[in-house]
Parts: sequence; C-alpha cells; structure tokens
Amino acid sequence: MNFFHFMMANRQQVLELTLEHITLAGVATLLAAAVGIPLGILITRVPRLSKAVLGSANIVQTIPSLALFGFLLPAPWIGERAGRIAILALALYALLPLIRNTYAGIQGVDPAVVEAGRAMGLTDRQLLFQVELPLASGVIVAGVRIATVVSIGLATIAAAIGAGGLGEFIFRGLAMVNNEVILAGAVPAALLALAADFMLGRLERRLGTLRSKS
Amino acid sequence: MTAPLTNATAIEFDHVSFRLNGRALLEDLVLSVKAGETLVLLGRSGSGKTTTLKLINRLLLPTAGEVRVNGTSTADWDPIKLRRSIGYVIQDGGLFPHFTVERNIALVPRIENWPRERVAARVRELLALVGLSPELASRYPSQLSGGQRQRVGVARALAADPGILILDEPFGALDPITRSEMQKEFRALQQRMQKAVIFVTHDLREALLLADRIALMEAGRLIVDLPAAEFPRSEHSLVRAYVEAFSSLPDSRLPDSCATARLA
Repeated sequence: MNFFHFMMANRQQVLELTLEHITLAGVATLLAAAVGIPLGILITRVPRLSKAVLGSANIVQTIPSLALFGFLLPAPWIGERAGRIAILALALYALLPLIRNTYAGIQGVDPAVVEAGRAMGLTDRQLLFQVELPLASGVIVAGVRIATVVSIGLATIAAAIGAGGLGEFIFRGLAMVNNEVILAGAVPAALLALAADFMLGRLERRLGTLRSKS
Repeated sequence: MTAPLTNATAIEFDHVSFRLNGRALLEDLVLSVKAGETLVLLGRSGSGKTTTLKLINRLLLPTAGEVRVNGTSTADWDPIKLRRSIGYVIQDGGLFPHFTVERNIALVPRIENWPRERVAARVRELLALVGLSPELASRYPSQLSGGQRQRVGVARALAADPGILILDEPFGALDPITRSEMQKEFRALQQRMQKAVIFVTHDLREALLLADRIALMEAGRLIVDLPAAEFPRSEHSLVRAYVEAFSSLPDSRLPDSCATARLA
C-alpha cells in the first residue's frame, strides 16, 4: 500500500523520470537501428565482413554494462554529458540484435524468390527494397523488439552516472534501504518494457504473416 | 517491343563452356534458337539444362565461348536490359509472396515506368491470356492453387512482351491433370505468340508435345539436337534409353497418350 502512496505523492517526479527513461532508451534504440540495420544489410552484400562485424558486436555485449558506462566517461564530447554516455552505451548494446536479425532475415529469404527477381531484371537496389527487406521485415522487427526491451532494462543503470531515468528511484531506494522507492522505479520500467514488447510483437506478427504468404 | 523477324536467330550458343571450381558444368555447347521456334532441352538432373538457361539471361557468364542474344554477346549486354527483354518462368512460379497477383504480373512494367492505366490494362489482358479470372488479381500467391500460381508465373514472364521466353521445368511441381492442361494451353499460347522459346524438362512426353526441336543433354554435353518428329526415331543409344524409359510406363499404352501418338 505504501508503494501506491509513494507513487501518488511523487507522481510528478515519476512522470518526469519515466519520460526521461523513454527518451534514453528510445534515442539509443533509434541510433542503434540507424547504424545496425545498414550494417546488417552491408554484411549480406560483402560477406567477408560478416565475421568481423558480428564478432565486434558480440564482444561489446560481453562488457559488463556498468563498466561500459565508466569506460565512456573520459571520451571527448560524449563524456561531457551523462545523457550522451548513457545513450551511446545503450546503443552499443542494442547493436547486436539489430545487425544479427537484419543479416539473418535477409539471408533467410527464399533464394528462388531472390533469383527470380534478379532474372526479371531488378537492380540490386530494387531487389533489396522491393523483395529482400519486405520479406525480412518480420525478423528485423524482432531484432528491434529485443533491442528496445534490452535498452529499457539497461537504461535503469544510466542513473549510476547521473543520466536520470527510472534508475534514480532504484538507486535512491537502495541507498535508503526502502523497497517502496525501489519499486517506484522498477515497476514503471518493467511496465514500459512489457508495453514495448507487446506493441512490437504485434507488428512483428503482422509482418511475419506477410512473409509466410508464399 | 518490335515484332521478331521470322527466322532471325534469337539465341546462339557459340562453343560455350561453363566451369565452376574446375568442374565443367557445360562443355562446348553449340545451339541456336530462332524467333517463333520452341526448343526443348531434355536431360536428367545435373545434365546442364538449367546452367544453359542461366547463361542466356546472364545469371551466369560463359567461361569459354560466347552466348549471343539477338546478335549481341551477353557479356556486352547491360544485364538489367537483357533480363527485362527475356521472360523467365521457374518451377512453382517463383512468385513474390508479399505481392498480390497483380503486382507480381506488373513487376517489369512497373519498374520500366509504364503509365498506370497501361499497366492495369496489361494485367487484365494477361490474366485473360493465361486463363485466370480477374478477381484473382488482388489475391496473394499463398491463396492460389499450384496451377494458378504457375499461370501467374507465365503471365509475369510475358508482361513486357519479351521476344524470348525461357522456362525451367515450369510444370514440374503440378499434379498430372493440371500439368497436362497447362501443357496444352501453353502449346496453344506459344503458337499465337511467335517467340523464341527454350523450355527445360526431363519429361520426354512434355518435350514431344511442346517442342519444334529437342536437344538432349547429358553431363554438360549436347548429345543430339533433332526436330521433335525425328527424335523418337534416333538410333543414338541415349535417345533409345530415354524413349524406352518412357514407353515402359504403363500409362503410355493408353490410346490417348501424347507420347504414343507422337511415337507411332
């Protein structure tokens, strides 16, 4: 009951931190998509790069998240603002599912369909935009979904370097040994992740039925 | 598109070989097809039939010799232009699953920027030509039967009225009755169209029904290239083996079988 009282009493701050949290995770995911999806496409075109690209994205994932935030502190320009560090770190984590799913989605398109397109005189660009990407879109959105959920979860740690977000409540609650305050951060963060997962899951299923219309 | 001159050579294989990783998939092929003529490439799997087709629309380039389409080597053709001037039909249609029937058929006209009304008119015309109801235009390939998909595949290949049509075992995945219907309709269609047609199959009966000439291939080599009527009488041992394999099928004894009609 105390949890609800706390939420109501601090609803202004809960709302602010939630919006901050959405901004951190949202901008990071968009940034990761803007880099990761083209990279995923690139390695289907230049296969000899695929090992290096997927390998690097994999290594980034193995760095403990708190350490990655710390590593970025001395970076020029980025290190000046906590928000920038947080967004960059989150984007780096979101990169792997985006690259991997874009790559796997395009590789998974029926080769007979791709060859039919080529044989009919589609240019590489037309083949990519009219055939491969639409048919891979379900798998790519699945990657966006994973990246978004991971970003929303990890963004709670951004508060450790002063970047704000719902992690503020969690860290404050930990310091105060007060579960209500921890929950005021954790519950909205979990709800955000569930909502994003649900919405992107619906989009993914809709695009998936498009793909299976074969 | 200009109407093809009769007797003009549309496709010419001039001592063409194709090797992949040191293995010869095609060896010294000499073959030509004229406008208005239907050549059937007959042979078992791995004999080089599909490789031969892919050399025509430059999905592959020869490692020796030259393939000429309308007098120009495929190596000198702009591959995009070349492919848009050749209709290509593959097994089970190879349709785009995310496009409706209409968009599948209209693919080449659309990328060639035909005006919208002309594309729509062409789609209606082609649906009628391949015997499909106009109501199917808004369906997706998964909502069609195998025979309907194959008809859409043929319509798509004919969309921009190419002078050359190449077909890779187009009716191979169909049930026998639908296949037989499609073969008869295709024969009628082809007599009206006057295109240069290369048709790949491993079915002798289909070859005898559709071909003006039959080229038998084996292990990347052309064995014989004969007018369809003379083919069953050839003394070549491989031709004999083929004819025997098909005449030993029980249904070829049926009186209305096309094979027995042609073989007699």
